[in-house]
Formats: sequence, C-alpha cells, structure tokens
Amino acid sequence: MIPRHVAVQSRRDRIKGVIVHNPYLPYPVRIDEITVETEDKSLKTFKFVFLNPGDEDNFAYRAGQFAELSIAGLGEIPIGIASSPTEKGFVKFTVFKTGKVTSYLHAMKEGDVMGVRGPMGNSYPWDLLEGKNVVIIGGGFAFTTLRSSIVHMLHPDNRSKFKDIHVIYGARSPGMLLYKDELMAWAERDDIHMHITVDGTDDPDWKYHKGFVPAITEQEAPPGTADTYAIVCGPPIMIKFTQPVLDKLGYGHDQIIMSLENRMKCGIGICGHCNIGKELVCKDGPVFTLEELNKTPKEY
Amino acid sequence: MKVIQIDKSELEAGLGKLEKAFRLIGPVKEKGYHLFKTLDSGQKPDLDYMNTRLSARSILYPQSEVMFEFSLDKADEQYAILREPEKDSQPRAVIGIRPCDADAYAVVRRNFDTPEYKDPYWLKNFEATTLVGLACSTPCPTCFCTSAVSGPFSDKNLDIMLVDNGDHYLARIATEKGEKLAADAGWQRPAEGAENRIEDLKLAAEAKIQSEISTDNLANQSLNDLYEAEAAIWEPEAFACINCGTCTHACPTCWCFDVQDETYGKSGFRMRNWDSCMYPLFSLHASGHNPRGTKTARVRQRFMHKLKYYVDKFEQGIQCTGCGRCVRLCPVNIDIRRICNKMNSYDPETCSCAVTS
Amino acid sequence: MTSYTDKIREISKRLLKEGKVDMVIGFAKGSVPMMHQPMFAGNAGDVDRFAWDGNCGINLANYVTDRKEKIGIVAKGCDARNLAVHIVENKISRDQLYIIGVPCTGMIDRHKITARVPGEIEALVEDEAGKTVTVSGAGFSETFDRADVLQENCALCMHRNPVIYDELIADEVPEQSEKEVDRYAAVRKVEEMSPDEKWAYFEDLLSDCIRCYACRNACPLCYCPTCFVDESKPQWVGKSVDPTDIRIFHFLRAYHCAGRCTDCGACVRSCPMGINVRALTKKLEKDCLENFGWEAGLTTDQRPPLDTFKPDDPEQFIK
Repeated sequence: MIPRHVAVQSRRDRIKGVIVHNPYLPYPVRIDEITVETEDKSLKTFKFVFLNPGDEDNFAYRAGQFAELSIAGLGEIPIGIASSPTEKGFVKFTVFKTGKVTSYLHAMKEGDVMGVRGPMGNSYPWDLLEGKNVVIIGGGFAFTTLRSSIVHMLHPDNRSKFKDIHVIYGARSPGMLLYKDELMAWAERDDIHMHITVDGTDDPDWKYHKGFVPAITEQEAPPGTADTYAIVCGPPIMIKFTQPVLDKLGYGHDQIIMSLENRMKCGIGICGHCNIGKELVCKDGPVFTLEELNKTPKEY
Repeated sequence: MKVIQIDKSELEAGLGKLEKAFRLIGPVKEKGYHLFKTLDSGQKPDLDYMNTRLSARSILYPQSEVMFEFSLDKADEQYAILREPEKDSQPRAVIGIRPCDADAYAVVRRNFDTPEYKDPYWLKNFEATTLVGLACSTPCPTCFCTSAVSGPFSDKNLDIMLVDNGDHYLARIATEKGEKLAADAGWQRPAEGAENRIEDLKLAAEAKIQSEISTDNLANQSLNDLYEAEAAIWEPEAFACINCGTCTHACPTCWCFDVQDETYGKSGFRMRNWDSCMYPLFSLHASGHNPRGTKTARVRQRFMHKLKYYVDKFEQGIQCTGCGRCVRLCPVNIDIRRICNKMNSYDPETCSCAVTS
Repeated sequence: MTSYTDKIREISKRLLKEGKVDMVIGFAKGSVPMMHQPMFAGNAGDVDRFAWDGNCGINLANYVTDRKEKIGIVAKGCDARNLAVHIVENKISRDQLYIIGVPCTGMIDRHKITARVPGEIEALVEDEAGKTVTVSGAGFSETFDRADVLQENCALCMHRNPVIYDELIADEVPEQSEKEVDRYAAVRKVEEMSPDEKWAYFEDLLSDCIRCYACRNACPLCYCPTCFVDESKPQWVGKSVDPTDIRIFHFLRAYHCAGRCTDCGACVRSCPMGINVRALTKKLEKDCLENFGWEAGLTTDQRPPLDTFKPDDPEQFIK
C-alpha cells in the first residue's frame, strides 16, 4: 500500500475550516477500465479505483460536481464526474481528446496509475429538485454529469423523490451518442421519458428522433410549471437555440439550470483563472441558474 | 500594545542576535533598485529607502514554487505519485517591510485562506513570518495608500512597526510574534510618551500623500453597468495597454497563478507560477474559444477584479493598498487612480464618468 | 517642443476635419513624469490632448497592427521605419496611413534618470533649446545635459528623420554620422569577451527578468498571434523563472527580430527591471549590416534578408 503524506479528513471537517490538508494533492487512482464511447474514438470513459482505502469516502460527491484528473509530468484537467454517487467502488469520467493532457490520457492503459483531485464545485441543486419534475437537456459530449444525475435519480432509493423525469439528448449521429447501451435501456423503462435524437442518420432501423435538440425540446418537453426544472448542458450553439424554446414553454430563468466550463487550474477557487464577474466557476459553480448568469458578465 | 525605543546604533546588534532564531529578510540595493533578499550573516538591511521596485509578495508567494515532486521511473514504487517536498519552515522575519505591502498580505489572505480551502504553501509561509515594518515618513508622490486600504503608518498587519525618529526608532509592538522577536533581539527599552510622537509623525506623513482615489461609490455601482461601460472607461483606457504583465507582476495584491508540470529525466515537479490576466492564454479554453479574447476585455478584468469583484465578494474594500508600483512602472501609463475614479463616478444613465483624471 | 505639439494638433485637427483619416494616433502627456501615453483622437475635440517632447519613446507602429481604419500616425524616425516594416510584412497598407513625421533628437532614458536621483521624480522639464533636462522631487532638483540622459539607442541613432512620411512637422534635424558615433562599440566589447566572460555577461544581463513580456509586447515586430512561449500544443518553453527558460525566450525573440529590428528601444524603455535587451538585438542588427548591407525599415519594397532567399546564394545549405 502507498502511504499518504497527509492526514485525510472529511469534507465536513474541511468546511469547518479546521484542516491543514493540502487541497492540491490528488488521490492516487488506478485505471480499472477504459471504454471507447464514440465511433470516432474521440471520447473514452475511464473508470478509476482508488489506491488507498478511505479515499473513496473522502471523495464523496454529488451529481454535477467535477474533479481534476492529474497525470504526473503533464498536469491536470477539470472533468465532470460521469459516475453517480449511487455507484460504489469506482469513479468514472468521460474525456474528450483535445489538449495535451487528454491526448496522453487517451493513450494510457488499464492498470496505469494517475491521480484524481476533488470533488469540486457545487453540483446540481438536489435539495431544490426534490419533489419536482426534472427535464434534462443535453447535447454532444456534455452529457457526462447528466448521466450521473440520471443514474442518481433512477436509483431505487431516490426515484420516489422526483416527479416526472424527461431526458432530451442529442448527438450528431447514433455513433456519437455517449452511453448508448444505457440510453437504450432507459428508453425501455416507464419511470423516465427518454427523447433521444440525432442530427441525422441513414440507419433505416433508427427508432428515435431525428432533429436538433432545440426542436425536439419544443416538441417533447413538458411546459414550464412552478415545479418543473430544466438542466441544460451542451455546446454553446445548442444552448443559444434552446433557451428561447424554454422561454416559450414558460420556464422561469430561475428554473433553467446550466453547468459552465472555463479554463481552470486549481479547481478550488484560489488560482483566479475561471471567474465570471465575482463568481468562480470552479467553486461558486459550475452550476448556475440562468437567472444567476444574467447577473454576471458572459465570460465563458 | 507597547512602544519601545531602539537606537539606530543598536539595530545591527539586535539583528545579529536574531540570526540564530530567524532567517532575516530585508531591503537591499542592487543595480540601482531596492529589492527584498535574505540577508547574509551580518548584512544590514538598507532601511534608508523609499520602497522596493517589486512588492513583497514573493516573500510569502514566490513567482515560481514547487508544489509537489514525483518520480517517472516505472521501477519506482512511488511511480507517478505526487509527494509534498520538504519546505523551509524556519521562522523568518522581514525587516523594513512597508505598511502597504504588509496590508497587501491581509488582502490576499482572503483568497488563500477560505472557510472551505486553505492554501498550505502561502499559509505556512505566513505563519512562519514575523513582520517588522517601517512606517513611511516620506511617502512617494505616486502613493495613494491613505485612500486605498492602507496608510503610511498602517500597522494593522505588522507585528512591529518601526518609526524613524532621528537617531532612534520608536517601535510599536502589536502582536505576540512581535513581542518574541523584540525580546530575542534584546530590544526592551520602554519609550515613554512615544504614542503622541508617533501620532504626530503619522499625521505629518499622511499630509504628505499627494494623490488619492475615490472608492466610496464602488460598492453601490451595478457590476454589469461597470462591466458594460466600454465607451466611457474600457476602450479608451485599454487603447494604450500593451497587455504585458508589468502591473500584475509588480502588484502586492495580485494572486493568480498557473500550475505547470516540469520533468527532468525521470523525475519531475508540479509547480505554480504567477500568471497574469493580461495574457490571452490566461482564459483560453482547450477548444480554442477565449472568453476574454480582446485586450479591452483583459484590461477590464484586471480593474474590475481589484475595484469591483473583490469589493462585492469580500466587502472589505478594494484589492489595492495604494503602493503606486503599477503607476510608476506601467510603460504606457495605465493609471489605476484614474480608472478607479472613473469607475467610482460612472453614471449609467448618461454613460459617462464625472471624474476622468 | 511646444511648436512640435502645436503642429501635431494642427495637422491632426485638419486631417480629422477633412475626413482624411478616421483616427490619429499620437501621445498624451502621462499622469507621471517620463511616461507619456499612446492615445488616439477620433475627433477634433480629443486632439488637444496630444503632446510631444522627449518622453514619447514608445513605438507607435505597435498600435496600427492589423487595424482596418484610415489612420493618421505621429511617427519619429524609428516609428516610421517600423511602419515601413509593417507595410512590407502586410500588417498595414501604406494607403491606410497618413504619416505625420517628427524629426527626432532622441528620447529621455527613464531608467538612467531614475537611477541618478535620490527620490521619486515629480516633475521633468526640458529646456526649449533641447540642451538640458531638469528633474525635481521632494528635496532635490537636478539638471542634466540632455545628451547624457538619452536612451542609448537614441544616442546611437542614424535615422532620426522619418524615412517615409506624408508630412513633416518641422525641418529635418541633422543626422549623426558614423564618425560622430560608434554605434557598435558595446557589441564589439561583448564579441571580444572569452566564452566564460560572455556566459557571465548574459547571465547577469537577464538575471532580473520577471517574464512580464513587456519587451515583447512593446515591440511592433512581436505581433505573432501566439508567441512561441505561449504555445501550449506543443509547449516549447517552461513557464517558471528558470534561467534556461528565460534565456530561451530572450534569445529566440531576438533572433525572430533579426533584420527587422529598427533599434527603437521600446523594449528597454518598457522593461520594468531596466534590462538592456537591446544587447541582443543590436548584435543581430550589426550582423545584418555587415553580412547583407541591410538596415531594417528603410524601404517598403524589399523583404528583410532573413525572410527571403536567392537561388544564387553562395551558401551550400540553401541548395
């Protein structure tokens, strides 16, 4: 076993401010499993197990939070947590190959050791969402923390806490959908309304929607009532065209919940990179309501 | 709080006694300018100085600092696992730090020491450091500390404040750390009635401050209104800016950093380096999108951070102690005093600033 | 210098009024001595803020890069040479520019003066005859010969009059000759050093660098969309204050300016630490002159020597 150099304490202790734990130190993890998610191989899901017993408990997280994946010699990248707090024994991240660290990560093998630091950020507002209808709207590879949320809500311990659950999720083509097997399985269930869509496909057996996410939202999303909340994650263009649809459906801006990305380094609100106005995306976010975002500069 | 008297002739002997228990840091003159350096044994700090060219920030927060080290040797049991390196935890004392730089530590502490997260590197350095400040009897013409969150005799963040009183210093001891250092140095002689003298010198020094800023309305201003004041503030101010990092590097209250891994053969470091919001790379996404892709946006970020975001977030005034370094060093005369006055007097109704200098 | 200022305002007003340009770029008096600020006037009302004296050492060619407007620009000798470089390198077109040429007798070295007085300078006065500079502050007032406190590049300048212009604001000033000034004396001194001495010299030269990039950003030549030190895919240079990384930055930047640098001195003027980075660029200027008979920015129709090649090049490597 690998010795830790710091006393490990719980998140609660941390909030009381009694701690001297180094918040920049990642937990060592081993890559347990790598799954190629998309046909172009640009997205892979990494399943990590913690090397030190106890670290998993210290990593207690909520759906919507993120973590820094750390590779010694290359650096760290902030990635949304794709697994759900209801899934035990591991933590999962789906990573798009884009920069220096992600390219290296994509070339790593099962069994390799790296680091995970977190959890970070505020998560989706689960207390608020309890007893509400939840409409999840996602596009492309911004579906990772949405998967975490769906798995969390569908868990037998949790499903009764929410009313209707709708999911509108789109990708360019069937081969670019994340978590395809799970999507298909959820579509068979009667406690969640799945509206899967692709921009286009020539697959004659495709039995889901065709069309862009904003259009499918307009067709399928329930009207905005006082107890209905939408969580929207996707590329900027999707968000831009989905927002007027939700306005039209009667969603208040405090009922539209979004998760932001910005360049980050420390992930804990200290290094100063990710601010939008006085808010730090890494610590005060990444989840904000549209109402909150209307009050900040659009620097994301 | 007590005041003692230290004859200038005793200062050196006292510092000599401190060398056992403290690493001494003080201003020294090199290539025509003052900077803070660890003093060699027997070396005197040059207390006959205005201020250091760069701030005292790096004493607690070096421009480049190793956070972790690791091995990249696959045969190593600890391969790819980050470890905290041994850090110098020896007590140190800064002799002659100016009040503006000490007050800046209190400003940045709100960032490094939060209820949720503690930055161990900054905090350990802070805890190990005793601040023996030197009050400014002759402030620079570009200093505006009295209207920022400091002052020439501000000792709210000093352990001891030295006040030059001719052939001796009056030393006001404010903390236990200060008590201990004074005892170690053998500085004990009470100075009767010195508080009045210090007060007189303080008033005289404050009267010498030539420039001031108005900050009274910053908290009342709407954040978005100020952000959107492109025509009245940001575009004309940003025109001259060359987007170098002189202001951010010279500033005692700038705290942003970048994290970088560096490798040397089979070992490596994770380190942090000061970063600057003036640089496009600071906010560049991996996708190539840059939310602050223009010079104007970056200039606005720096001043909005210091004079509005910080004000709103912490409700403890501005993120500036008025040391004047950015004013003195900016190669194209971007003057925070002018910008602050513009922000403070901006009227969103007319999109204009009542004060423009 | 008041006549220069008046003339600049007069011409600018006329250009803006006649609609010949959308903006005029010049200098405004700074809020602190020796730090005049580049500014633009978009209408006749702004024009009265223009000023001219020995504190206009920033290179204004840096402010026209890739601009789309019709621009009037105040240009001393080196600024005009850099405008010529910009035109050759397609960073601005000649048609977009109305160059208000300023015959120049050199700019005051803020680092030099600051080092020679005991406190912070509150006021600086140049006499009208252009012979002396008087600085004063709390408890001191000192007068220097202007020639003694010029920026080094100005003292060695061979092109004090603008090489291209649309209008000159005054009669040309006499140019200095090779007989009067030995512009490469400092370079030769370094060339004559032993390798160890050279190493020590360059180590000391760059030891104060804080990597703020003021030298690069003040330089009109440094317009790369992403500088090699900022490139992250792949990353070429470390970001710390490791001396090796600092030297790589300065050496490569200097080489990137070889044959293009006009020795305007904006890099040294901007450096908060007063590092003489011209020690690097001046050597490359000398090499270009000796090897190719080339001085940057004297024409608008020839590319710099390291930016081109000829099929009959005598060197083998090109073939």
